[in-house]
Formats: sequence, structure tokens, C-alpha cells
Amino acid sequence: MFKDIMLGQYVPVKSPLHAINPPLKIVFTILYMTTLFMVKTYCAYAVFTVYTLLLMFISAVPVRIILKGLRPMLWILVFTAVLNVFMTPGDAVWSMSVFGFTLKITREGLSAGALMVVRLIYLLIGTSLLTLTTSPLQLTDGIETLLRPFNKIRVPSHEIAMMMTIAIRFIPTLAEETDKIMKAQTARGADFETGNIIKRAKAMVPLLVPLFISAFRRADELATAMEARCYNGGKNRTKMKESRMTVTDLKAGVIFAAGLAVILLAEFWVYF
Amino acid sequence: MIKAEKLSFAYREEDIEHNTVKEEIVLKELDVTIEKGSFTAILGHNGSGKSTLAKHFNVILLPTGGRVYVNGMDTAVKENIFNIRQSAGMVFQNPDNQMVAAVVEDEVAFAPENLGIESGEIRRRVDECLKIVNMEKYARSAPSRLSGGQKQRVAIASVLAMKPEILILDEPTAMLDPKGRSEVISTIKKLNKDNGITVILITHYMDEAVSADRAVVMDDGKIIFDGTPKEVFQNVEQIKSVGLDVPQVTELAYELKKLGIDIGGEILTVDECFEALNSLLGGGADA
Repeated sequence: MFKDIMLGQYVPVKSPLHAINPPLKIVFTILYMTTLFMVKTYCAYAVFTVYTLLLMFISAVPVRIILKGLRPMLWILVFTAVLNVFMTPGDAVWSMSVFGFTLKITREGLSAGALMVVRLIYLLIGTSLLTLTTSPLQLTDGIETLLRPFNKIRVPSHEIAMMMTIAIRFIPTLAEETDKIMKAQTARGADFETGNIIKRAKAMVPLLVPLFISAFRRADELATAMEARCYNGGKNRTKMKESRMTVTDLKAGVIFAAGLAVILLAEFWVYF
Repeated sequence: MIKAEKLSFAYREEDIEHNTVKEEIVLKELDVTIEKGSFTAILGHNGSGKSTLAKHFNVILLPTGGRVYVNGMDTAVKENIFNIRQSAGMVFQNPDNQMVAAVVEDEVAFAPENLGIESGEIRRRVDECLKIVNMEKYARSAPSRLSGGQKQRVAIASVLAMKPEILILDEPTAMLDPKGRSEVISTIKKLNKDNGITVILITHYMDEAVSADRAVVMDDGKIIFDGTPKEVFQNVEQIKSVGLDVPQVTELAYELKKLGIDIGGEILTVDECFEALNSLLGGGADA
């Protein structure tokens, strides 16, 4: 059941987007999202669309996979659209009264709903592009690098990254163990599949208790094994794979920034 | 070289006022010296203290009495801890619970990274160590995709990356299938013979001890036999009385001897047994 659990959604293909230095990619994902929330005009949205499509194209990730990431959010998108379309006051283009309430669709509502849905879709695409082109480990390393300047104000960047790495490392192990315990309990008559929510939640107790006990035991053994290999926290630690900024990264950064600048220009050109 | 002098260890349970309420003595004034370049198997039943002994060689535990010296360094001196752990690497029983990284090569790089070694050198060591344990093909794999024997070989490589002189293995094959066991044991033998690494193998499998130069049998916190496997396994009755088994063929030879058929003592492997039986029966059969 958990055998082939996929970690994140990383698609291991070769593309310029995959090759970019992970910390830089994280920074640009944040900038992409910030820009997205600054954009309000149709013109800027159009440029943003071109920009996003270009990124999707460069990523070499099949469009199908990117769109699959949108599916779980479908209901939120529909809900947002409906809320915006019916709740925005303004010029009514259509109205109907139901049980004393007046339902009306306004011109402003249609426009706001459409823009909001498009914004959410781009937000999802932008963040998926990060996780689709960066492996979980690269992400962890990237986060460590980005947090390093905050060491001075006592942000334990190495420890945070170590915790994330270990968590990633142990997901398949614990998933396998969950599967084993479930089978063992099922063999002894436990029922995880029928009944209402409360009944099913109660059925999880005999699953979670052994799982937690074993996780603590594993943590203890892992700590011993780490100490046996001279682990002493992040102090004086080196890394085999240093993520360095290359000239290509700089070029990519400039192009990326130029793209965002064009979008902002399209947004604010009326003021110039 | 490792030297334990009158080593004692007890687990103590204390109440709030630090009075000992319960004491469980695990090691009782042990004296043992492990020579450089040797291959020693430490045998014993569960609870005999063999793992506790091994944990003292790696400063995971500190003696409650006596002293332990690793390469002349006293384990009780705090400054020595990292030097000792670097020169006496330890591999544990459960391969899953000693892996930190989600990629094999990162796992092997973990120890040298902790030692603060420069990244080019780490890369060299990782490639070299994976090659020694024959896992270089899996450098980019996830540990969760490997078999038990492969995981344990990666664990050995990750300790080798510290360039230790001594390798301590605490029941490394206890959770493996027969195939994994033989992979791990042949790797250990190779490390001892070809790379000159001192090996201390804690185990309760007798046939693994046969490949060692020296077998040390422990019971109830004491060493009861110490010698070459051939010498030690002659004591069939005593070894069985402490809850251990001798290799099947040794037992066969012993039982035959009791019935008056002496096929010669000192039989530890199937081949030796075959030879002895074959010559007893007049030879002629092809091996």
C-alpha cells in the first residue's frame, strides 16, 4: 500500500530550470509569488501568463504533470470563483430571487472572480515548478543556505536542515512499518476500513501506539549511530556537495529578474 | 589496538537522592587485549554483555570500573572521544536505524563531513569506500530501495570513510537473510585481509566466528573462552551450556567421537568435515 510512496513530486529530467542553484530558485519562487500579488491589471496578467508559460516550457516537465498538481485544489478554485462572482457588489448582469434572497452576478464580480482564479492557478503552478524541478534534498540544502545568515540571531539552520533530511530519509521506512503493523493488526481482526469517522479514528490507536514506540526506538539508535560517526552538530562541519553560484546561475537570475521587471512595468506603466 | 583493564560496567537505577536502588552488573572485571590487524569474534548469548563490551570500545558507554584504552587513548578522558570514535568505527545491528541521509553517497559522506574534511577529499573517500564494499553502482540510490545486505555494506562504507584502523561490528548480520549475511561477512573478511583493518565482530552465529583469527566467548559478563576458533569450539558441552551452538559439523564430529568414531577434532567447516569423512570411509569420492 505504501510501497511506492513518492516523495514530493520531483520529476528527474534535464532542464535549465533543474540546473539552477536551489537557494536561488527558492528566492525566485518567493519573488514570483510576491509579484503575482502585486499584479492587478489585465495587461500585466497577460504578460504574467506569457511568463508562466515560458517557465513551464523551460522546465521540460510534462504539462500533464503540472496540471495534475492543480486537481486537489479544484474545489477551492470553484469556491473562490463562486464567492467572487456572487458576492462582489456592482452592476448586475443577471439576478434571481431565491427564498427571499437576491442572487446576482455583477460585472465586477465576474472580473474579480476570473482574476482571482487565474492568480491562484499561477500561484500553484509557480510553487509546483519549484518542487517539480528540485529534489527534496536540494530543497533542504537550499533552505539551510538561505537560513545561514540568520545563524547570528540564533536560528539553528544546520539543525533545521538535518531534521528535514532525517524526516525525508525516514518517510519510506515508517511507511513500510505502518503497512506491516496494519497487516499484523488486520490479521488479528482489527478493522481499519468500515464504520464512521469516530470508529475509524479509534481503530487507528492500535496502529499509532506501536508506530510511535518504534519511532522513538529508531530515533535513539540513530542518535547513537550518528554520534559514533563523530556527529557534533553543525560546528566545523564541511559538506561534500557545496552549492555554489555559477555564472549560469547569475545569468538565469538576471533573465528571471528581467521577466518580473517587465510584468511590473506592465502593471504600473499607466503611472509613468 | 584495544586494551581493557579490569573493565566493569553496571546499569544503575537511582532515586532522587542519587541512592542506587537497583544495580545490574553487566561486565565483571574484564581483561582483554585486541591486537592490531587481528580479526576477533566476540560470541555470547543475549545478555552475556558482548554488545555492552563493544560499546565501551566506541565510548558510547563509559566503564563504571577499570579502564579501556583505544590506540593508547583512555576512553574516560573527554578530549579523546572524537579521536577514538574516528579510529574505532562502529557498525550497528539495524541497517535502517543507522542511516541519516536519503541518498547512499550522502550517507557515506556524513562521517567525513562531521570531521570537517575538505569537500574534494570527501568525494574521493566516498568513491573509494563505496568501491571497497562493492556498492559503487548504487551511489545515487535511496537506501530504502536497497536490500538488507546492501544497506549494511553501505553502513560499513560510511564508517570506513573516517579511515578507522579498527572496525567494530555489533551483530551486523542479525537482521539479514542468509544472502545478506554472506555478503556482509565476505566484505568484513576482505577488509581485514586486504586493507589490514582490525575487525571486532560481535555475533551469535558460530559459523561467522569460524572465519575469525580469534574467538572470545562471553557469558554473564565474563570471558569464558579465548583462543583460535578451533581451540574454542572443542569445548562443545560447555559452549552449549551457555546457550550457544557450535557449528553443525563440529557438533557432528563431536557426536561421532562420543560413539567411538574419531574423524579427527578441529572440524569447523563443511569442507573440512567432508575431507575427514571421506578419508575415513576410504576416499575415492570426488569433492
